[in-house]
Amino acid sequence: MRIDCKHVWEHISAYIDGEVDVGLRAEIDKHLETCEICSAVLDSTRNLVVLVADDRVFELPAGFSQRLHARLEKEMETAGP
Amino acid sequence: MTAPNPQFEADCIRRILAGERHLFHSLIRPCERAIYFLLLSLLRNETEAEDAAQETAIKVYLNLKNFRGDAQFRTWVLSIARNEGLGRLRKAGTRREDSLDAETDEQTGDYTPAVLTCWREVPSEALERQELGAMLRKAVEGLPEIYRNVVLLRDIEEMDVRETAAALGITEGAVKVRLHRARALLQGELAPRLEGFAPKRKGVFGWLR
Repeated sequence: MRIDCKHVWEHISAYIDGEVDVGLRAEIDKHLETCEICSAVLDSTRNLVVLVADDRVFELPAGFSQRLHARLEKEMETAGP
Repeated sequence: MTAPNPQFEADCIRRILAGERHLFHSLIRPCERAIYFLLLSLLRNETEAEDAAQETAIKVYLNLKNFRGDAQFRTWVLSIARNEGLGRLRKAGTRREDSLDAETDEQTGDYTPAVLTCWREVPSEALERQELGAMLRKAVEGLPEIYRNVVLLRDIEEMDVRETAAALGITEGAVKVRLHRARALLQGELAPRLEGFAPKRKGVFGWLR
């Protein structure tokens, strides 16, 4: 049975993470060969996952680490674990 | 994100408990980002997230002897962070509607992605442009809480499904469903707006399109 676009979309996230089984992956691959729309949906989703994961997108506030360790230092002077 | 190193952690914890308190700085450092972004996701306020992150680190330090080693250290730390965040929300009476609604919404996996026929990849170098980073951040921050948490831990902190589930106190299945929904929402929202960030492609005659 050939799978349709909607079926492919349902599994896109798992496909990107390599979590679909061999049979389903083959079905999806076959569908992608001929379906430009699903290929674009897959590529754009994968691209977004990569972009969002870039360290430049979510950065700690400036000085966060210094303030955290200064406060810890203070705590550690008075109390043991 | 720094990958967890159980041997280093176990060694550190043993030495800290034996009196080498200063080693706690090295122990907690690899968890800092995950603590902060989980709390930012819950509290949606940078100042409060930072304060809660500091409180979390102190609680981890004070309770270190209770860490049993049957979970990953970072998972344990993140569950303390989550409790700190939820405690603050409860205290302020501001647990938002979206999170409650979304709890029951997990099985509705239907969505229509942004349908594109011509997609050009946006390279990471495009992040040199501040507005791209801001656009991505805003989209993630705009997700309902339960999706945002999962994206932050899975895609941004690159934790695996098992660790994410343990840190958030949900099942692995729920992590997968929520991640799928979250990515779908992000794709639908962002893909159509990203075109301007893709490199220009040469046309048939070598002109830039």
